[in-house]
Amino acid sequence: MERRVFAYSVVSTGSFDDVGVVSTEIKRDLEEAGVERETVRRVAVICFEAEMNLALYTERGGNIEVVVEPEKVVIYVEDDGPGIEDVEKAMQPGYSTAPLWVHELGFGAGMGLPNMKENSDFFELTSEVGKGTKIHSVVFRRRENAA
Amino acid sequence: MRLKEVVERLGLEVLAQGDPDKEVNWAYTSDLLSDVMAGAQPGDLWLTIQRHMNIVAVAKLRDLAGVVLAKGIKPAQEVVGKAQEEGVALMVSDRPLFELCGELYQLLRGRG
Amino acid sequence: MTLEEVAQTVEAEFLNLQERADEEVRTACAADLLSDVLAMRGEAALLITGEAAPQVVRVADVMNIRAILYVRGKRPQKKDIVKWATQRGIVLLSTPLPTFEVCGRLYTRGMRCSECFENEAD
Repeated sequence: MERRVFAYSVVSTGSFDDVGVVSTEIKRDLEEAGVERETVRRVAVICFEAEMNLALYTERGGNIEVVVEPEKVVIYVEDDGPGIEDVEKAMQPGYSTAPLWVHELGFGAGMGLPNMKENSDFFELTSEVGKGTKIHSVVFRRRENAA
Repeated sequence: MRLKEVVERLGLEVLAQGDPDKEVNWAYTSDLLSDVMAGAQPGDLWLTIQRHMNIVAVAKLRDLAGVVLAKGIKPAQEVVGKAQEEGVALMVSDRPLFELCGELYQLLRGRG
Repeated sequence: MTLEEVAQTVEAEFLNLQERADEEVRTACAADLLSDVLAMRGEAALLITGEAAPQVVRVADVMNIRAILYVRGKRPQKKDIVKWATQRGIVLLSTPLPTFEVCGRLYTRGMRCSECFENEAD
């Protein structure tokens, strides 16, 4: 399989109604590119969590780039949003700064970043307050017929 | 069935005792506080994975038999403290919600 | 169980794709918090939820969930959400019963918990 690059932008509309639109598009693109089911699922979950954060915490949204390679899928997420003050704390399961109305929508349980990490084989988050947040995630492809 | 018997039969871990002799009439399962406010009946045992602090206030307001957090979810210490302070029974179970509902349903229906 | 048996057991109606009523569903999960669904390990065939927001069908799509059962009479408010689910092959059902009753009845009929078989291969 050739190396393929897919680029998406997530617009922060201030409404939750559109959350997941980009991630399901990513899923469809990867399916069409012939990426195996379990890899697609993991990448789509990571992107969904990222999309939610962009919609929830940034003013202007951000970009998601997905690079499909023969052995792995690489995900880059970037925004110029408010940044994360304490990255270590934000990575703890259950840690959340989300207000109650977000909880009521079914998000904000503080599992987003930990879940992204859980689904990644490599996960790196860098953030600068007032500048933005960058995520670099890698999912190794496992052939369904292998082993 | 009394709360203490439900605790024993389902193997729940008790974080805040509440009233162990309280009668569990039935159960209500939801993670949405607004749903519980609208739909739960007094004496219901509330099964959820919602760990927000407000679960204690909602349980008390609706006069529920207690709250069970499923999937091994551990609430923050403030939530446990609040439950103890308010006399609201707070328990945890390792089981996922679907299975926990199924087991309790059969127990309350007398088929456990 | 087939989707038709699920519908009968919990007094649910099909909102789309009724032609798939004979399809087997063996595993279910119950959740209103979408972040919880996204964090699930095992694959569930059926999602039981009281959350009718549009994102639910997208979470289901990402998680390879084949059918959503809305409880307490809930259903997606927008027609294009139902249409989208149909395009993506996600069956939508709606029951007036609450989650506890739904899970209890399905569990009693032998529906398995999708999160209880994490180590079992497919």
